This record gives sequence, C-alpha cells and structure tokens, in this order.
Amino acid sequence: MHAQWNDRESLMHPASAPDYMREEQLRTLQLQRLRAITKHAYENQTLFQERMDASGVKPEDIQTLEDIRKLPFTQKTDLRDTYPYGLFAVPMNEVVRLHASSGTTGKPIVVAYTKEDIEVWNEVMVRTFACAGLHSGDIIQNAYGYGLFTGGLGAHYGAEALGATVIPISGGNSERQIMVMRDFGTTAICATPSYFLHLIEYAEEMGIDWDEIPLRVGVFGAEPWTDEMRKYIEGKTGIKAFDIYGLSEIIGPGVGMACEKQQGLHIFEDHFMIEIVDPVTDETMPDGEEGELIITTLSKKAMPVMRYRTHDITSIIAEKCECGRTIRRINRIARRSDDMFIIRGVNVFPSQIEAALLRVEETLPHYQILLSRSGGMDQMEVQVEVTAATFSDTVRGIEAVHKQLSDAIAHILGIRVKLTLVEPNTIERSMGKAKRVIDNRQND
Amino acid sequence: MKLKQLSVFLENKHGRLRELCAVLAENGINIITLSLADTEQFGILRLIVKEHNHAKTLLEEKGFVAKLTDVIAIEVSDQPGGLSEILRIEENSGIGVEYMYAFTIKSGENAVLLFRFDDMDKAVAALQNAHLNILGSVELYQRAEG
Repeated sequence: MHAQWNDRESLMHPASAPDYMREEQLRTLQLQRLRAITKHAYENQTLFQERMDASGVKPEDIQTLEDIRKLPFTQKTDLRDTYPYGLFAVPMNEVVRLHASSGTTGKPIVVAYTKEDIEVWNEVMVRTFACAGLHSGDIIQNAYGYGLFTGGLGAHYGAEALGATVIPISGGNSERQIMVMRDFGTTAICATPSYFLHLIEYAEEMGIDWDEIPLRVGVFGAEPWTDEMRKYIEGKTGIKAFDIYGLSEIIGPGVGMACEKQQGLHIFEDHFMIEIVDPVTDETMPDGEEGELIITTLSKKAMPVMRYRTHDITSIIAEKCECGRTIRRINRIARRSDDMFIIRGVNVFPSQIEAALLRVEETLPHYQILLSRSGGMDQMEVQVEVTAATFSDTVRGIEAVHKQLSDAIAHILGIRVKLTLVEPNTIERSMGKAKRVIDNRQND
Repeated sequence: MKLKQLSVFLENKHGRLRELCAVLAENGINIITLSLADTEQFGILRLIVKEHNHAKTLLEEKGFVAKLTDVIAIEVSDQPGGLSEILRIEENSGIGVEYMYAFTIKSGENAVLLFRFDDMDKAVAALQNAHLNILGSVELYQRAEG
C-alpha cells in the first residue's frame, strides 16, 4: 500500500508538463502568446484600443517580453466602468460562462469565459491540485462558495478534470462539513483559511479527533493569510496546508499555487505573465524586490486583461524551486497597496462603506471599521458616530437609523456585518483624519 | 404648556452616565426628573432640568449628542384609574404615546406624569377638553424647588 502510494505521488499529471518547461521555451511561448493577446485585445476591446492609440503604441511594437511595459495598465475601476460587458472581446454566443465579484461601489465586476477559457482554467486548476500532491483517487471536499464567486466552480471543475472525486458541499454548515469529512473519507479540502480555522474549533467542540479523518491536504485561499496560520493549521490537524492564489479579474483560483516545498507560490506563467512594479512610480522592479504584482492574461479570449494592477504586494522569486518546477514563484501576499481588505472571501473597500453610509445620511459621519477574528471566523464591525441629525430621542427612531445603515451596507457588500452606533468623538482621530480600518485579526 | 426635555444619546459603556451627571453637577444643574431607555447597544437619557438650553450646550461641549424635545406634564389623581383615564382620552382622539415617565414630585394629592405623544398639539387639545391639568414649566420648576 505504501509503495503504491509513493508511485502515485511521483506520477506527474500530464497537464503539469508546462510547469517543468525549459526556461527559453517558456519565454518563447509567453512572447508568442503576448503578441497574440495584445492583437486580440486591440482589435476587440474599445477601451484598450483607445488607450493604445492615445499613447501611440501598436500591437506590432511588442517584439520582446520587456515590450509589455509599453502597454497601458488595467485598473479594477476599468472593469467597473465598463459594467457589465464592456471588456468582452468575443461575440456573446462564444461566451459560455459569466462570473462576478464585488466591485468598489456596489456594482459587481463581471467576467466572461469562452469554452477554451474554461479549458485553460480547468488545466491550471489541475496543475494547482497537482502542486498539492493530489491526484485521481483523492476525495476533494469543496467548501468554497458555489455561485457567482469564481472559487466554487473553479475548484470544482478543476478537481473533476484532475480525476478526483468532488464533494460540492459549498461553504457553511460546519457540523455537516465535519460529518462529511469523516464519513465520506475526505482527503483534501478547499476553503478560505479563516473558514477552516473555524472548522478546527468546531471539530474540537464536537469532540472529533483529527486522526479519525483521513484529510491530508488543505487548499486555502481567496483571502490573505500568514505562514504562522499555516503552521498552526498543520500542527493542529496533521494536514499539509497550501496557499492558492487567484483573482476573478484574471481567471479565478488557479493563477498561482504553493508546492510541497512551501516556499512561495508558483505562477502558471504560460498563461499569466507577471511583473512587479513600484506602486508609486510604476517603474518595473527587479526580481526579488517588493512591489505591486501586475498580471497579464496570455490566453484568455473572452476577456483579456492586460497588465492588471492587483494592488497585491509581493516579490518574484527567480531562483529555481527544489520541487523541479521551472515556472517562477512569488512570495506569499503579505499586504496590499490600497485600502482593500477581504472579509469572509468578499473584497471590501472603505469607500463602499462610505457609499452605504451616504445613502442614509446627508453628510458622511465619522466611522471606523474593526476587523477581528472570533471562533476562527473573520468578523467585521462598523462603528458609526451618532450625529445631531441622526439622533432621535426614541429607541424606535434610533433603531430605525441603525437598520437603515445596516441594510445599506449589506446591500452594497452582499454580506451582513455588525453595526454599532457610538457617541460623537469616540472614534480616534489622528492628524484630524480618522483611521478607517483597525485590523486586529493578527493579534487574536 | 409644553415642557422642554433634554434627551442624550448614551453608549452602553461603563461610567458614561456618571460622566454626564458630573457635567450637570459641576455646573449646579439640578435634575428634576429623568428616565433612561436602554437597549443592548445604547441608551437614551431623558432629563427635565430648568436650565435646559445651558445644559445642552455644556453636554455638547463634552461630546454628547443632545436634543431638546417637547413633552407635556399632566397632573392626575394619585389613585387607581388616574393614568388609565389619560390614556383613554388620547386613545379616543387617535393619539399614540411614544414614551412616558413619572415625576418624583407630587402636586398635593395628585401625581405628575410626563408624556411624549406622536401628535403633541392634538394631545394638548384633547386633554384640555377633558379638563385635565397640564402643568407649565414655571409652575413645575417652582414645585420642584418648593
């Protein structure tokens, strides 16, 4: 049994071949794809064409990989401003799937896939699972949310394409998650790291011993987490926890994945070209230096995204990985260059909270966002100062204001968060300006 | 006819009510009566003080949200059925009570109750029609001091 196990592990999935491509072959493939996608985007995306024309750059100007620097950046706001279908680069009858993620002001960001794009997505997800040592015969419990969010279906079809058995359980219902894990013999789970921390606590309360569960791999992503959290999870449960990286704007999960060496995340460079730039000057940074990660989709037909500003701060690891893969790695994402944070897998900008508060109040009240972790789950509380205008001297009146504010936030974010009305001047001001986000999640 | 009531928003936070009272005490402001409505998250303190405008300014300077609201003080006989009668009069006129509380002072053999109705003018008219005694501020403050 043990020998067979090792044999299977050493068998590389055929889809993983590009991970081991010779470097010059990889760069040649990248250039070829970059030139093709630039032409495709130029011919089919009005916004990209206008920007190229404005800077006098033609697709033919892309002669080397470094020439990518001549191309304009894509911002998250570009995806919002062209809502819903403005960046689609193929006719609608070629689009086989739509997904959406939260935008910056309430409107979501819509992304599209052709049949080919879905195949690429499945391929990178197979390679992702292979990085974690998963293969046909594994039972993968997919606790990412199914629906518009790319996490659920992305992991689902990738696991099927790998040849594994998928349990499409989606998020929530912790007791059932643990029961299924134990009774179905789950060997791998996909979840947000904060949800898995919650499951660990839940299992403890249920008196479940992790030895009863054959789980050996966790694929955790959709929100930033730390190496300390990884070690905690591994120590508690005896599984190996892998960091997965992806963004809906690019494809969803499957842009990058940690391998068994656990030193950074391999980026599937044949489909995603990465650069690191200084977030302030936009200058390209050399390998090893920290800056903002920029991603270009090299093969996405339905909606190519050129030089996407992820606002994720990391650096490229150019040294070869001991695992043998030749595709380069990035370091674990530690922070962002903007004020976005992620709560329960949902991207949140303080500006969204402001927009919600302004729907109810005429002028923006002082407010603060408190992030904490309780029971393994990320919690968000919005504190809003009561003003003379919102203060009613009846309980009913104040509760009505509370409900209006709370509903407005839920409407924009899609998740309900705790809202507390506080007295004036209780939110600390520094230099006259309140600090909007207090993140206590690491301290808990 | 109507009285000014001072309402203050309070977070359910240790020591907050005491701080408020200290501000009034330091400035020699006497609380004639008060009521505290509280929920899990917050409370509303309602105060009757003679120097309500001054008290409001003082509290606002200390960072409280305060507001002046009209209320009515009604004299009722201190015996079973006294309150019931007021409520019947208002109910018959289609007026609802937003909140009410009692005074700590008595007016002879009568009790004094404080009301906030959803339609204050209509409420006053209905009470006057029924010949109930509505106490004015001057009279009330005098009794409180006397």
